[in-house]
Amino acid sequence: MGRKLLIHNDKVPGINTLEVYRAHGGYASVEKALKTMTPDQVTDEVKKSGLRGRGGAGFPTGLKWSFLAKPEGVPRYLVCNADESEPGTFKDRYLMEKIPHALIEGMITASYALGAKRSYIYIRGEYFYVARILETAIAEAYAAGLLGQNILGTNFSHDCFVQVGGGAYICGEETALLESLEGKRGNPRIKPPFPAVAGLWGCPTVVNNVETIAAVCPIVNMGGEEYAKIGVGKSTGTKLISASGHLNKPGVYEIELGITVEEFIYSEEYCGGIRNGKKLKAVVAGGSSVPILPTELILKTAKGEPRLMTYESLSDGGFQTGTMLGSGGFIAMDEDTSIVKNLFTFARFYHHESCGQCSPCREGTGWMEKILKKFINGTANESDVDLLWDIQSKIEGKTICPLGEAAAWPVAAAIRHFKHEFIEIAKSKKFVDISHYDRLNKVIA
Amino acid sequence: MGAQVHGTQNFDKAKRSGIKFSEEAMNTVQKIMTNYPEGKSKSALLPVLHIAQAEFGGWLSAETMDYVASVLKIKPIEVFEVASFYTMYNLKPVGKCVLEVCQTSSCWLNGAEDIVKYIEKKLNIKVGETTKDGMFTLKTAECLGSCGTAPMLQCGASYHEKLTYEKVDKLLEDYKTAGKQRNYTDLDYKNTL
Repeated sequence: MGRKLLIHNDKVPGINTLEVYRAHGGYASVEKALKTMTPDQVTDEVKKSGLRGRGGAGFPTGLKWSFLAKPEGVPRYLVCNADESEPGTFKDRYLMEKIPHALIEGMITASYALGAKRSYIYIRGEYFYVARILETAIAEAYAAGLLGQNILGTNFSHDCFVQVGGGAYICGEETALLESLEGKRGNPRIKPPFPAVAGLWGCPTVVNNVETIAAVCPIVNMGGEEYAKIGVGKSTGTKLISASGHLNKPGVYEIELGITVEEFIYSEEYCGGIRNGKKLKAVVAGGSSVPILPTELILKTAKGEPRLMTYESLSDGGFQTGTMLGSGGFIAMDEDTSIVKNLFTFARFYHHESCGQCSPCREGTGWMEKILKKFINGTANESDVDLLWDIQSKIEGKTICPLGEAAAWPVAAAIRHFKHEFIEIAKSKKFVDISHYDRLNKVIA
Repeated sequence: MGAQVHGTQNFDKAKRSGIKFSEEAMNTVQKIMTNYPEGKSKSALLPVLHIAQAEFGGWLSAETMDYVASVLKIKPIEVFEVASFYTMYNLKPVGKCVLEVCQTSSCWLNGAEDIVKYIEKKLNIKVGETTKDGMFTLKTAECLGSCGTAPMLQCGASYHEKLTYEKVDKLLEDYKTAGKQRNYTDLDYKNTL
């Protein structure tokens, strides 16, 4: 059994309440940090832990914190990115829904390290009911003196607020999130300046993912060095993986970074293999934007080594033969899946979610959806594959924010590894949806 | 769109249209406005629009948006540019229950298309349409973060996951019997697996 640090108590009845959460050791990191450590010591522990941003980019959290400007008399903010919208990702929802206090505890401890008197949890609007759960948890924390003035009798005071969004994937990009939090359209800002210097209302701001903030608690409790012992190389600690698609046991799993992809897919402890006894065809390992890999490349690297669930191993081979850990949105597809059709759902998604600021993204995502639609309708020509390739290559690196890349990468990877499927459709002038909906079909029968 | 006026003029217009938050909603709005530092109450716009949508028939008319502008003391265009950007705000009238069926990858892999077709047939409407009795509007949605429990649909604050045709039958029946308008802000959300 792998070690669990974040959701080890998820099945405990009443763990969503402060009372039960505290009875299971909750808020220990707040006690420890506020009463026995300086803010810089907390930041140091996070640096030592090697914790990397769990939202997708994997940037070292301690380093991000150390960039925060601290001019006298200017408020600083911690903003939690709970705008979880990357297709295939639902881990933050699980964590917040089951153990809301794990996030609130992290918000307090992290805010103490950053010297933030106010923090905001920006949660996607569709998770309105989760926002209710968080609000209840926050009210409990206030009542227990864990939020508000002089927390636990110390000099540290802090207020935490929940803000709901309006439904826009782009608000997961940190500067778009800040715009949205200011009551505007979610248009990403040009960087620099980075939020660490000019973020929310122009003040220095750190934006961290839900899981990143929650991970600060075990790091403070056990010490950064101890945390760093879990995992492999620069992939330290544990990670929540959202597993979906054609798996026997989809769901949220906390893994120690460093287990093999094969173990994750096939072992009974995790996903329990592919359902209906089918064979695995392909995997999108880290949310919709990362390159899709065929079975042989997801289980083993091009060098023939077993592929591990780490930032480094998953990206081994670059985009030619590798992918990314991303947000940990792990979508497995069985042998009957049409890669073209799956790609179409991604392209439609990115077209829908492009904020429209940059032409390459606004126009390119629409083109890609349109061309892929031709494949689905069986009216595509072979030359359309080249056209698709050409368009995606003209989006990457030419936009303000990474949504352009996120839209381009899955298209490139699908063509790179599954070009024959596109050609086949173009040649036969027919798209046959071979995907099976076993569970639903059973209901019809 | 609403007139390009603001300030008191705009407030007068909103007043003339007779739109006004209930006392309870107004209290919530005022509480939200204290979540931000002095002078930053524009930040309340997104949450307040959700409340307005729930209060005024499930959608945001030009009058409703003008009213929200007057409450937050911002220009109507600032409200409209936000309301038109985010997918959760309806700028046209909708049925009491808006069914949003997720159609992105994992849901598609698990039969979301069949769910959409089934509801279309059952309610005799197409995606984007509302039933004649004004009860249901059918929409498709992009990833709602329920990939491990696909296929799914959202109605108001509630998530209905691991859908089957039988489950769709039941939830439509339940919503119809209750006959209530469903909002994202509802407290009586139900999440069914």
